[in-house]
Amino acid sequence: MSTFVLLTVTGLGLGAMYFLVASGLSLIYGLMGVLNFAHGSFLTVGAYAAWFTESKLGGISPVALRFLLASLVGLAAGAVFAVLVELILIRPLYLRHIEQVLVTVGLALATTALVQGIWGNDSRILATPRWFAGTTEVAGAHIPNDRWVDIGAALLLLAALKAFLRYTRYGLVIRAGVENRAMVTALGIDVRRAFTIVFAIGGVAAALAGVLSSVYFTSITPGRGTSLLIYAFIVVVIGRLGSLGGSAVASVVVGLAQQYVNYYSTGLGDLSVVLLLALVLLARPATLAGRTA
Amino acid sequence: MALLLEVRDLHVRLGGSHVLQGVSFQVEEGGVTALLGRNGVGKTTTLRAILGLVPREGAVSLAGAPIEQEPTHRIVRRGIGYVPEDRDVFAGLTVRENLELAVRDGAPRYELVFGLFPELRERADQRAGTLSGGQQQMLAIARALLNPNRLLLIDEPTKGLAPALVTDVAAALERIAQTETALLVEQNLGVVRRVATSIVVLDQGRVVHTGSGADLDDDALVNRLLGAGHAT
Repeated sequence: MSTFVLLTVTGLGLGAMYFLVASGLSLIYGLMGVLNFAHGSFLTVGAYAAWFTESKLGGISPVALRFLLASLVGLAAGAVFAVLVELILIRPLYLRHIEQVLVTVGLALATTALVQGIWGNDSRILATPRWFAGTTEVAGAHIPNDRWVDIGAALLLLAALKAFLRYTRYGLVIRAGVENRAMVTALGIDVRRAFTIVFAIGGVAAALAGVLSSVYFTSITPGRGTSLLIYAFIVVVIGRLGSLGGSAVASVVVGLAQQYVNYYSTGLGDLSVVLLLALVLLARPATLAGRTA
Repeated sequence: MALLLEVRDLHVRLGGSHVLQGVSFQVEEGGVTALLGRNGVGKTTTLRAILGLVPREGAVSLAGAPIEQEPTHRIVRRGIGYVPEDRDVFAGLTVRENLELAVRDGAPRYELVFGLFPELRERADQRAGTLSGGQQQMLAIARALLNPNRLLLIDEPTKGLAPALVTDVAAALERIAQTETALLVEQNLGVVRRVATSIVVLDQGRVVHTGSGADLDDDALVNRLLGAGHAT
C-alpha cells in the first residue's frame, strides 16, 4: 500500500512538471497555431538563470530566501526570453508554419549548445531549502517533500490560468482567439498583444518547471528542456492540442502511467507513454488537428 | 452627401483564383448601399478585403483616409462594424461575453441592441454555441451595433433563416438604416428593396452596375444583372 501511495504522489509530481511545460505549449498552439519547439529553451533559460543567480547570492541566508530570489529571477528570465522569441522570431513568421517550426527547432538546438558552451555539460545543483530534501509520511509512505511543491505549483498555475482566462479582458480575448482569431481582429482587437501575453505566460510556467525540475531530478543539465518537452508534447496531444483542461488531465495520466509501469514492469514507463499516445491517436485520429484559431 | 468609403481598383487573389479583378465603387454617408451579384462573384471577399481580412491590392479609403495599409483591428477602430456571413459568434463564450468582447472605446450601446433584440438580454448567460441560427444572427448584428459606427459591413444577415426570422432581421435592418451607413451583401431582394438606397452589382469579380435602390424596381435590369427569377 505504501509503495502504491509513493508511486501515486511521485507520479502526480511528475505530471505536475509536465503540466507546467505543457500548459504554455497548449495555449500557444491554441491561440496562434504555433508548434513551439523552442519551449524547452524557456525551461533551460529559467533554470540556468535561477542557478546562476543563486550561485551569486552566497552572502544571503537563509537558503530559502536565496532560493526564492533565484527562482523569481529564473521566472522573469523565462518570461523575458519567451517574449523576445515571440516578438523577434515568431511574429515576422505569422501564418508561415513551416518556417516557424524550422526557427523554433533551430532555437532549441542553439540554446542547448549555447548553455553547453558557457557552462559545459556538467550537472549544476541549485541549493534548495532543507525541507525540500525531507519526506512526509502518508499512509506509511515517505513522500519526498519537493513532490508536494511540484503538485502545489501546478495546481496554483492551473487555478491562476483558469481565473485569468475567465475573469480578465485578455483572458476573454485569448478564449475567443482560440476559437476564431480573424473574428477577434474584426472586432477591433489587436490580437498580437494576446500572442505576446500567452508567450510570457508560457515562459514563466516553463521556467518554473525548470526551477522545480532541478529539485525533482536533483540537478540542472543543458538537455533537460528538450527531454521534458518531448513528454509535454505527448501530453498536449493526448489532452487535445489547445485545451488547457485536457492538458491538465493528460499530465496526470502520463505521469501516473510512467511511474506505475516503471515500477511494476521494470523500466517500461517511457514505452507505456508512447503506447498511450499511439492508442489516443488511433482512437481519436482528429486529435492532431486540435483546437486552434 | 459626403463620400464615406471609396474602393479603387481592388484585386484579391485566393488560392490561384483572381477573385476580385479591379473592383471600384463608392459609398456615401447615410443610407444603405447593397452589394449584389450572383453566388461566387466576390461580394463577401469585397467586404473581407475592405477590412484587410484577405490579402489585397488596390486602394481603400474611409472618410478620405487611406486604410489599405493598416491592420484589420486598426481599420475597425476607425469606426467599422462587421457582421460576417457565417455569424462567427464565439460558440464557447456566453452571449454576454460575446458582447463584452466587442466593446471598443466609449460607452457600449447595450440599450440599443437589447431594444432591437430583447431575447439576447434574456439569454445573456447562455453559451452562444447553444443558440439557434436566428439568435446567433441577432448576436452577430448586436455585436456590430454595440459601438457607434461610421460604417457597417453586413454580410448576408438573412442567410439560412426561417421566413419569420427574415422579417425580424429585415425590420432590424430598417431601424439600423435610419442611423447608420451600411454596406449590405444580401441575396434576398425583398429585404434589399426595403432598405437599399443605392446598389452596386458585381459579376465575375468586377463592378457591372451602380445605381440607386430604385433600379431594383426595373425587372428587366434585375434579370439581366442577377439572373432570371430574382425579379418579382
